[in-house]
Amino acid sequence: MSFPWAKPYEPTHPLMKWMDEKLPIPRLVYNATGPGYPVPRNLNYFWNFGVLAGAALMIQIITGIVLAMHYAANVGVAFNSVEHIMRDVNAGWFIRYAHMNGASMFFIVVYLHIFRGLYYGSYKAPREMVWLLGVVIFLLMMATAFMGYVLPWGQMSFWGAQVITGFFSAIPIVGEPVREWLLGGFVPDNATLNRFFSLHYLLPFVILGVIILHIWALHIPGSSNPTGIEVKDEQDTVPFHPYYTAKDGFGVGVFLLVFVGLTFFSPNMLGHADNYIPANSLSTPAHIVPEWYFLPFYAILKAFTFNFLWIDAKLWGVIAMFASIALLFFLPWLDSSPIKSSNYRPLYRIFFWILVADVLLLGWCGMQPAEQPWVILSQLGAIYYFAHFLVILPIVSRIERPLPMPNSITEAVLAKHAPDVKSVSATA
Amino acid sequence: MVRPLGFLVGLGFITALVLAIFTTPLKNEPNVAYAFHKHPKHLKLASDGIVLPHWDKAQLQRGMQVYKEVCSACHSLNLVAFRNIADLGYTEGQTKTFAKGFQVPSINPDTGEPATRDGLPSDYFPSPYANETAARAANNNALPPDLSLITKAREGGKDYVYSLLTGYQNPPANLPAELKPGTGLHYNPYFANLNLAMAPPLTAGQVTYADGTKASVDQMAKDVTAFLVWTAEPKLIKRIQVGYAVFFFLLIFTVLTYLSYRNIWADKKH
Repeated sequence: MSFPWAKPYEPTHPLMKWMDEKLPIPRLVYNATGPGYPVPRNLNYFWNFGVLAGAALMIQIITGIVLAMHYAANVGVAFNSVEHIMRDVNAGWFIRYAHMNGASMFFIVVYLHIFRGLYYGSYKAPREMVWLLGVVIFLLMMATAFMGYVLPWGQMSFWGAQVITGFFSAIPIVGEPVREWLLGGFVPDNATLNRFFSLHYLLPFVILGVIILHIWALHIPGSSNPTGIEVKDEQDTVPFHPYYTAKDGFGVGVFLLVFVGLTFFSPNMLGHADNYIPANSLSTPAHIVPEWYFLPFYAILKAFTFNFLWIDAKLWGVIAMFASIALLFFLPWLDSSPIKSSNYRPLYRIFFWILVADVLLLGWCGMQPAEQPWVILSQLGAIYYFAHFLVILPIVSRIERPLPMPNSITEAVLAKHAPDVKSVSATA
Repeated sequence: MVRPLGFLVGLGFITALVLAIFTTPLKNEPNVAYAFHKHPKHLKLASDGIVLPHWDKAQLQRGMQVYKEVCSACHSLNLVAFRNIADLGYTEGQTKTFAKGFQVPSINPDTGEPATRDGLPSDYFPSPYANETAARAANNNALPPDLSLITKAREGGKDYVYSLLTGYQNPPANLPAELKPGTGLHYNPYFANLNLAMAPPLTAGQVTYADGTKASVDQMAKDVTAFLVWTAEPKLIKRIQVGYAVFFFLLIFTVLTYLSYRNIWADKKH
């Protein structure tokens, strides 16, 4: 599971020896995140976001458990129970705002984590399973966040639930029965709120389980690194502790500063005013918009406005939206280039940055009403999104000529620190 | 196998999108009302921003007076209890007296019949109507919204509330006939569809402020908006104060973690 030079766990204290014989949890921790886990020495700050995502999940679980002590999942009182938390519960306003903005922080760090993986080819062999489990976590996060947003039972909660479950009704024949089965009724109501609360409490622990698998799968080959060259010998690595625990500690500090800034100074910036209006099934908000982290996918959904072949526009949109995430499962096989890091992929690198701009554009379009120029921009954005993964990437990975690469991680590191970078000959 | 299949799926989506582009009109349906709609005016309050915000208690007290004497005829304030007004600088005795001035729903302890009693500090501001049907019946079928969260529940927040209260005017001469206010509606360019059921609620000198402030429409609108900022988030100022303490604590924490990170890595090139 690890490199031969990994420091072995050798307990000295009798209690730790006793523990190691009965239940070797200290050994597990030592080998997973301690001195016993050798990690490439050249990781940059983009490798902080895995730990930050874990921190964000823990913040969500802790604040969420406290909120559940005061929240009531009943359509008659749910809205007011949230306001009771905001007004009467000791520090309730803090716990609730932290949970609300913690969800946004979780998505921010996970999106950076995903784009790190895309840029540095972290999804490639031998780490395909790490990537696949990551996509599963992303899907679970989206489901959890969606159901959590329904719980305050404001206008956007209700109409969000109405729109999102409405996707299923686009499926021919079985769609409408499936939607009613999911909602437990014809429209979102008490049955919906109760089951969403139950699942919203359950899914974070499922996420936690999949994260353990994600980290387990990562520890088989070990962490990737910015050069994409696999670890060759001991000098390529440093022990996780203290080197990366210290760096992650600093990362957590910066993360918390941003999180605290958002939570205390602008807690409603990423929310919607409409969600401070109690849910009303008879009054539709002028613009139903999902939370910011769903906007690119929402734009893809809305981009399909034409009944093509025997499939109507709405079903095209729903299929495309699910496909836009599902295609990530196939990414390790869509990209056949053996070179992982985009630092050595001059052509792919250009398309990567176009993809980043494209997803930001889609996000912006997702926020806008169904008017021009937003419709055509989201259509162009969606074209690029699918073209990038399904057409451009497979072709680019065939025709691209990679840049010369260093022989090892250590060589790359030393070249960076050499007085004249060019003097160290780099050969592929 | 994945790549050729992916290629076909991709071409399918792209074809559907290209066809969608060519069949979607590039011109928007003209929205006439939009041309007459105005963006809210900015209202500066003591509780704004993050640089030493505070409650202007005198203003909040005046605002509460406006709510009590004007708004509360139609609008409820369900989430605010009388005990909460201690935040506005009232003493316990004043709070009790204030609460006593309201009749809240109760039951007759002898007969069990519905009755009313004097308010207590633990009671919430009572609703002006028994239920939604009664509220609609009294207001030309419009429902006056609860005001507790109004400055958080509208785009534009306090600016919107202040602009709406002071924005009533005669419809412009060039307003198309279909946008002219119908019976029981009033023209206000800050309202989303230009005409709203609420009649202009404020007239100059409508309340008599105890502190001698002149009760102009603008002044009353500012005061009641400030009050509604407080009702929407009574913990606003505390939140920012705690925020500073937490932020500076974390700033020191982060500097220390950075220094220890540099220290640990000092002998390693990376």
